[in-house]
Amino acid sequence: MLEEFKQVKVGIIPCNGEEIGEGTLTRFACRRVLDTLRPHDTVTICLPLFIAGDKGERNFAKAFPTITVDGCEKRCSQKSTERLSGRPKHAIVISELLKEHGLEPPQSRQALEEKDQAAVDLVAEEIARKVDEILEKG
Amino acid sequence: MAKKIVLLPCSGIGKAYGEIGRQAIYEAVGDHRPAEITTTCLAKLMIDDPEAKQLIHENIVITVDGCARDCARKNVETAGKKVDKALRVIEIFKDHRDLKPEGVLELGEPGFKLVHILAEKLGREIDCLERKEQ
Repeated sequence: MLEEFKQVKVGIIPCNGEEIGEGTLTRFACRRVLDTLRPHDTVTICLPLFIAGDKGERNFAKAFPTITVDGCEKRCSQKSTERLSGRPKHAIVISELLKEHGLEPPQSRQALEEKDQAAVDLVAEEIARKVDEILEKG
Repeated sequence: MAKKIVLLPCSGIGKAYGEIGRQAIYEAVGDHRPAEITTTCLAKLMIDDPEAKQLIHENIVITVDGCARDCARKNVETAGKKVDKALRVIEIFKDHRDLKPEGVLELGEPGFKLVHILAEKLGREIDCLERKEQ
């Protein structure tokens, strides 16, 4: 019964880094969570809308608990979200996560290869785990 | 030519338009003269990354936005640089309504046809801006 009234969604904010393969990975992993792993529990926003958008969009991280997903240690998504919207609940950095698990970053930023699917799975499952943590804590 | 051409797509992830712009830029960077044409992460401008800011300020910038929100153009302008050319994927789509991308990131054949059309347009814009610069 209570499940029917659960309305809290988690905001997923990838950096989308256009310059590097890890940026492409943030997109595929986040879409996997949004479309397949946790479609009813997650929403997203295009990161640059924090600058280009209006007050409503800048309130995204106030309206939703958020998880930022960055391709590299520059942490553009985490830093921009903190500065322009609100502090994220979790911040994932793909380069660090892949290193921890001994996986290679994608060689191409244009298209992921079959061997990159393990990295997509790893990152998507990590995001989904953090989504569950947030929702369980309420 | 001393100046580079910097192609900047938006980071759109809600609809296929963002991915079409991104893929068209990769195609244009690869197809043209890679030493003279480059891209960078739009999000770097949001954290005032000095290298990214220097790159856009010292070179010619073309933005490719997925929708009318113009995130790429507005982020470049917020960083203090007027763009040299601003394109929108949605405008290309209006002229080719029969080409419907299959998914947000998995564009399929129709989506990639749009990518090629946009990349060709980018190529023409690059040639035009380079001629002006000479």
